[in-house]
Amino acid sequence: MSKIIITIVGKDRVGIVARTCNYLAENQMNILDITQTILQDYFNMMMIVDISRAEKSFDDMAKELADVGNEIGVAIRCQREEIFTSMHRI
Amino acid sequence: MSDMINISEVLETNNMVAHEKLDVRTITMGISLLDCADSDLNQMNAKIYNKITTYARDLVATGDAIGREFGVPIVNKRISVTPIALVGGNACKNSADFVEVAKTLDKAAKEVGVNFIGGYSALVSKGMTPADERLIRSIPQAMACTDRVCSSVNVGSTKTGLNMDAVRLMGEIAVKTAEATKENDSLGCAKLVVFCNAPDDNPFMAGAFHGVTEADAIINVGVSGPGVVKTALEKVRGENFEVLCETIKKTAFKITRVGQLVAQEASKRLGVPFGIIDLSLAPTPAVGDSVAEILEEIGLERSGAPGTTAALAMLNDQVKKGGIMASSYVGGLSGAFIPVSEDQGMIDAVSEGALTIEKLEAMTCVCSVGLDMIAIPGDTKPTTIAGIIADEAAIGMINQKTTAVRLIPVIGKTVGDTAEFGGLLGYAPIIPVNRFSCDAFVSRPGRIPAPVHSFKN
Repeated sequence: MSKIIITIVGKDRVGIVARTCNYLAENQMNILDITQTILQDYFNMMMIVDISRAEKSFDDMAKELADVGNEIGVAIRCQREEIFTSMHRI
Repeated sequence: MSDMINISEVLETNNMVAHEKLDVRTITMGISLLDCADSDLNQMNAKIYNKITTYARDLVATGDAIGREFGVPIVNKRISVTPIALVGGNACKNSADFVEVAKTLDKAAKEVGVNFIGGYSALVSKGMTPADERLIRSIPQAMACTDRVCSSVNVGSTKTGLNMDAVRLMGEIAVKTAEATKENDSLGCAKLVVFCNAPDDNPFMAGAFHGVTEADAIINVGVSGPGVVKTALEKVRGENFEVLCETIKKTAFKITRVGQLVAQEASKRLGVPFGIIDLSLAPTPAVGDSVAEILEEIGLERSGAPGTTAALAMLNDQVKKGGIMASSYVGGLSGAFIPVSEDQGMIDAVSEGALTIEKLEAMTCVCSVGLDMIAIPGDTKPTTIAGIIADEAAIGMINQKTTAVRLIPVIGKTVGDTAEFGGLLGYAPIIPVNRFSCDAFVSRPGRIPAPVHSFKN
């Protein structure tokens, strides 16, 4: 399975999760886990997403997700999961 | 699902990149040029150019793609090649011929977009062949007429002793290189390293070359992360040494794992085997990316204060202990780097008089790699530079470690002036050098014999 971590940071508002999930659904990307927290008034969300059925290249996906974020005023970023498992799991 | 990554881990990693300057300092592709040897100079240069531009064609794009996908900057993509004195021995009848090879390397580096190519080198720890000497004598011109070529000369080892003829010659070559590049604060010397016990698989410049014991091509990765270590230590101020050491080890582990991941990914995508991770703490001139700042956080007012050597020894050892578990193949230089011009905290320490060249020499006994990026007065005698090289090489020889000297005698400048090298190479205040002569010592021909390996005192 090929997994990415999506992080969303910004001022909390209506529709952040909905807009992001719409994009993921349209592109055959399956959400495995969602966590969110408010840190210093900022909305912080993390999703673990399975992209093995997605057809888009990583760069296209990253750019389009960043564009979705720009439309709603939050920063959306995606990274391959291995960077985190390498660093935090033995 | 309980082993899934959690949000605090994600934020920790991304914070290291965003605020603590975590990056992968270099992906360095080592390429053997032994099969490019030819009796005809033009033929050989064509083969060298083709081999480098074929193997490394996708190096920069691949490094950038990996950086984007993992969200960790990969600052430099570089190439190291077989020591050119070995490759060009047949084709290069004189030093001018060797300079043509340097130009070929420079052209190939520019074609594939790497910022440095290392391996304009000679390995002369016991003796020099005529080709070795021709290459060494070509270094000033080669450094002056190329932009990206780095040069290194290995003048000694624990097994062979020190080749004092080469040491003396390198004192002269350092001054000639400085003169040949005096318009740019003698920048040529920033691309020239003199080694003892040079490793075959070092990914860091200016001393990287692709050793003859290596495969046809290899991927070596150098990690970094002084800022991450410094920030981690801010949270344990006043704690005992056990807590201090644990914190450094854990941080070094995390940093090195990033390098390991990037190295494996680069190896897979480029179809070139993975060699080693060099788990060095490599500073840059940026504030917050400094080894000196770590020493200050440990408890020194400035680097160079009493206690500096002990603090650095402890830091270096913990970085190794943490890093070694993160990768099965650790090599290169692997330790804390203490270049002066590339570390804002070191620059400040020199400017304030806390750090002298003699204290830096002592510090090199307990860390990698040597007297690095130190600007000295432009009128320093070649024999004095040779004496400094001999001292540093002796430390490496006796202690079975790599040591190196990268001194810049800045032509036209003296103590009180500052040399500007630009970019990652930074700037440096000119440091005073002991004015007493060692002429009669370094003028003796021959070798210092290899040391005995027992009776350790």
